[in-house]
Amino acid sequence: MTSLAHSVLTGNRLALARLLTQVENDTPAGREGLNVLFAHTGQAHLIGVTGAPGTGKSSLVNQLAISFRKLEKRVAIVAVDPSSPFTGGAVLGDRVRMRDLSGDAGVFIRSMASRGSLGGLAQATAAMVQVFDAAGFDVILIETVGAGQSEVDIARLAHTTLVVEAPGLGDDIQAIKAGILEIADILVINKADHAGVESTERALKSMLDLAHPVEKVFQHHGQSLAVVREERTHSASEPAANLWVTPIWRTVATDGSGLAELVGSVQAHAAFLRQSGEWSMRERARLAAEFDLFIQQTLVDRFRARVPEERIDQVLESIQKREFSPREAANVLLSREDI
Amino acid sequence: MNEQKIRVLVAKPGLDGHDRGAKVVARALRDAGMEVIYTGLRQTPEMIAEAALQEDVDVVGLSILSGAHMALAPRILDLLKSNGQGDVKVFIGGIVPDEDVSRLKEFGIAGVYGPGASTEQIVLDIRAIIAKRA
Ligand SMILES: Nc1nc2c(ncn2[C@@H]2O[C@H](COP(=O)(O)OP(=O)(O)O)[C@@H](O)[C@H]2O)c(=O)[nH]1
Ligand SMILES: [Mg+2]
Repeated sequence: MTSLAHSVLTGNRLALARLLTQVENDTPAGREGLNVLFAHTGQAHLIGVTGAPGTGKSSLVNQLAISFRKLEKRVAIVAVDPSSPFTGGAVLGDRVRMRDLSGDAGVFIRSMASRGSLGGLAQATAAMVQVFDAAGFDVILIETVGAGQSEVDIARLAHTTLVVEAPGLGDDIQAIKAGILEIADILVINKADHAGVESTERALKSMLDLAHPVEKVFQHHGQSLAVVREERTHSASEPAANLWVTPIWRTVATDGSGLAELVGSVQAHAAFLRQSGEWSMRERARLAAEFDLFIQQTLVDRFRARVPEERIDQVLESIQKREFSPREAANVLLSREDI
Repeated sequence: MNEQKIRVLVAKPGLDGHDRGAKVVARALRDAGMEVIYTGLRQTPEMIAEAALQEDVDVVGLSILSGAHMALAPRILDLLKSNGQGDVKVFIGGIVPDEDVSRLKEFGIAGVYGPGASTEQIVLDIRAIIAKRA
């Protein structure tokens, strides 16, 4: 019997769907599949689409997918919606806005519940995206809601992050202030057929101007991997080769207006990343973080398996009595040879 | 992580135009801890089977008020089977005459619920049939 991962590589859609489930549930079969597929990853353009509920993200993802299909790209979509914190269940409704895409074998849509675990969502999303990447999808669109830590983590996963706004949602301009602006490579004012577009655009522009220098620094072991960028210039008409000036685009996702410009801009961003060397820098930073995380998880698991709980309790007690500092105690326990 | 959630596709095939019932069921399943993929109105059997495959669901719930259940349900079962998803359990909610209910069950429909059915019962039945399969 061939494994799910091998069937995924030959284009079997059922195997793809089933492996995604295994990967999402972090099962041994899922982990094994990811190992097999890893050599085939690193090809896709990962595009994050985030913003407040109701701004039109799903509708926009639908339009983006249509546009990329016209360019003969194979498109995968991962649409994340929140799980209920009380029951752990979820209603995932993003497909409702993506019915134009059904019947097209070049598109694969997968809905995903956030399942409430903070680091877990980003990790599971990254793993699902790797499966699509290995399966040969050229473009992977990742829809997430809101501006929480998960969105920031998912933005770190994407090459290009679109932050979607809509006119007349005064409050979520606040959300933007709270940090989501820093993750935007491209800002989209969707629902441009509604009143208030100009004032939304003015507000966004002035916040972008405050946000200089536009420097996205990726830290790894305290070492900055990022190029130092120039300060944002106000005459941004001729962007320097190593400077991306976050553009603002207007769209109407229900009829496709503005999509050609937006898709052009998404492609220009990918070209910029490649040309400036940032594509591989981002990838390096992301892989380093993933590697670190696995090292940490493995070491912690090993530590817990080898050191009896009573011993840890004892040590905690002496820490609380101020006999050792936490760092000293950890050093003593970790100096055991079998860890 | 390592959670095995029951995943359910709730779909509304056919041309009748309201989905209040489907939404009530979707929310009840969510409140029972299931992950519900909701696809909206006017889905063709092909669209439903495709979504069931992409989402790798355990269960498909069909809301059919138009009376077209005898045409739609067997078609959807066939498509699921030919996609390799013959193990997916299909339930129907809607107005179905008694004599059709037994025919539908012969085709392989796992359960049929009329307008008076309680959502608690639907939840229990889904849990039972998934537990038996696993
Ligand atoms: N007028 C107008 N409505 C839109 C536009 N984009 C989306 N909508 C509508 O806004 C609602 C929410 O859209 P959806 O894509 O589900 O938003 P999401 O929650 O951000 O994914 C739906 O009723 C859409 O039809 C737009 O550009 N103009
Ligand atoms: Mg959405």
